Amino acid sequence: MNYWPLLGVAIVVAGFAWRLNPALVVVVAGIASGLLAGLTVPDLLALLGRSFVSNRTLLVIVLTLPTIGLLERAGLRERAHAWILGLRRLTFARLLIAYLALRQIVSMFGLTNVAGHAQTVRPLLAPMAEAAAGKIDPALDDDELERIKALAAATDNVGLFFGEDVFIAFGAVLLIQAFFSQHGIEMDPRSIAIWALPTAIAAFVIHALRIAWFQRGIGKPGRARRGSIAQETSDVAH
Amino acid sequence: MLRIEYVYWLCGALFLAASAFDLASRRYASAAFWAILSACFFGGDAIEAAAAAGNVVPAQLGGIAVIALALIAGSGALKRRATSDEDLPQRRASAERLGNRLFLPALAIPFVTLALVLVLPYLKEANLDVFDTRQTTLVVLGVACVIAALAAMALTRATPLAAFREGSRLLDALSWAALLPMLLATLGAVFAKTGVGDAVAQIVSAAIPTQSRDACVLAYGLGMALFTIIMGNAFAAFPVMTAGVGLPLLIGQHHGHAAVVGALGMLCGYCGTLLTPMAANFNIVPVALLELRDPNAVIRAQWPTAVVLFAVNLLLLDWLAFR
Repeated sequence: MNYWPLLGVAIVVAGFAWRLNPALVVVVAGIASGLLAGLTVPDLLALLGRSFVSNRTLLVIVLTLPTIGLLERAGLRERAHAWILGLRRLTFARLLIAYLALRQIVSMFGLTNVAGHAQTVRPLLAPMAEAAAGKIDPALDDDELERIKALAAATDNVGLFFGEDVFIAFGAVLLIQAFFSQHGIEMDPRSIAIWALPTAIAAFVIHALRIAWFQRGIGKPGRARRGSIAQETSDVAH
Repeated sequence: MLRIEYVYWLCGALFLAASAFDLASRRYASAAFWAILSACFFGGDAIEAAAAAGNVVPAQLGGIAVIALALIAGSGALKRRATSDEDLPQRRASAERLGNRLFLPALAIPFVTLALVLVLPYLKEANLDVFDTRQTTLVVLGVACVIAALAAMALTRATPLAAFREGSRLLDALSWAALLPMLLATLGAVFAKTGVGDAVAQIVSAAIPTQSRDACVLAYGLGMALFTIIMGNAFAAFPVMTAGVGLPLLIGQHHGHAAVVGALGMLCGYCGTLLTPMAANFNIVPVALLELRDPNAVIRAQWPTAVVLFAVNLLLLDWLAFR
């Protein structure tokens, strides 16, 4: 076994740790790993090019940007903000927990693309969460607003990940089935998806509790201190 | 029939527009960056078709394009354009005037997608192949985006040119982060081809005491999470770790229930996805989209959920797989 290509992994870890530009780090790691495995330069270039274009699906989401951009210019985020302020009983925690539940249920039916960071989090959920937090403490500082927006994005991730696996036609379930089938173990996709259900419920409970806990701390001193650490480190980021 | 290629070409057109707008405002590095990416989207089918037919030259040109994109991103010449608050009074006035109608085009993206997905089986029954059978949901998403953009143009009385300009503005705000998911998937393919996965599985399986069932459960779960953190993708980790540890030890030696091992192994991997900047589309792209200053802000917000859930997964695996 040739262990040298593992150096590519080390390059990725070191590159991220030193906060070099991730795009550059990733390509350098790929080139290093390929050369250390004994690929020739022409073969490596072809592998890079072919894998890159075969993953174009990952960028289809940019098609949402013109709509989002036009609506933002026309005041979408301001409207989302005002709408939440008008709903007195919709608290920060209720908003995010309801979104989490909705995202999980919709993903369970295989509808993973209906929501996401570009489609729903930036234009709708993040400004709504800011507005709902503003009802608790109108004088939130930048660090706290940043943490609120990050939690909104995290909530979308948790809802997506631990909903989609319960859907039988989802890629993960089919991948598991295909893998075991190759190794002589046949199983029904339903029997795999069902075992993702306990984790889906646990994910909802854990993350909902964390959202409720987060709400208790909004506007309290001490939060701000922890937030300022993030600010110090962010200067060297880009 | 609406083919997935049309969706890619539409993306290519958006990148080309971003390139043109950047060129007009003398941001040459950004203009070059989007132009190269646009070429990859327009030429993608040709590259794949030629490679399948044995001609690797177009794919090699693609490889050179990937390196060029990485060099432009790494040179620091791409300046992120932050959203300005100069037009805040106009935005407030417009929000006042349009009211809740502003939500309609935004909600059209999820709801049109949903409606089309629900209609699909009936179209199939009637033998109307409107949508490509490959990547159907993405084609549907593309159609929903076009419909939503038309609705947004009608509502805000904007021209198609304005829609492209606003899309380009957001692309410039995303900058190289937009590209990262594709680059990481490419790295995953290189790692798979060069045997990185097998080497990791070899090391993990050599390091564990195989007689202890709990040690095997821990090694499999941790291996899935750690390998996912490295690769940024649980799908890449699953075949490697399950072939190396899950199948021979948990299922073979300790007679674990295969469906449970597979499902919970994958979910351990998902906990890893929540923890890694390598999962760029989930953890880095939103940082750019929400214009956060801390590049790890989203990971910071979700790591406690991931760690607790990982522990729950290990307990579930230990309990459910060996009843």
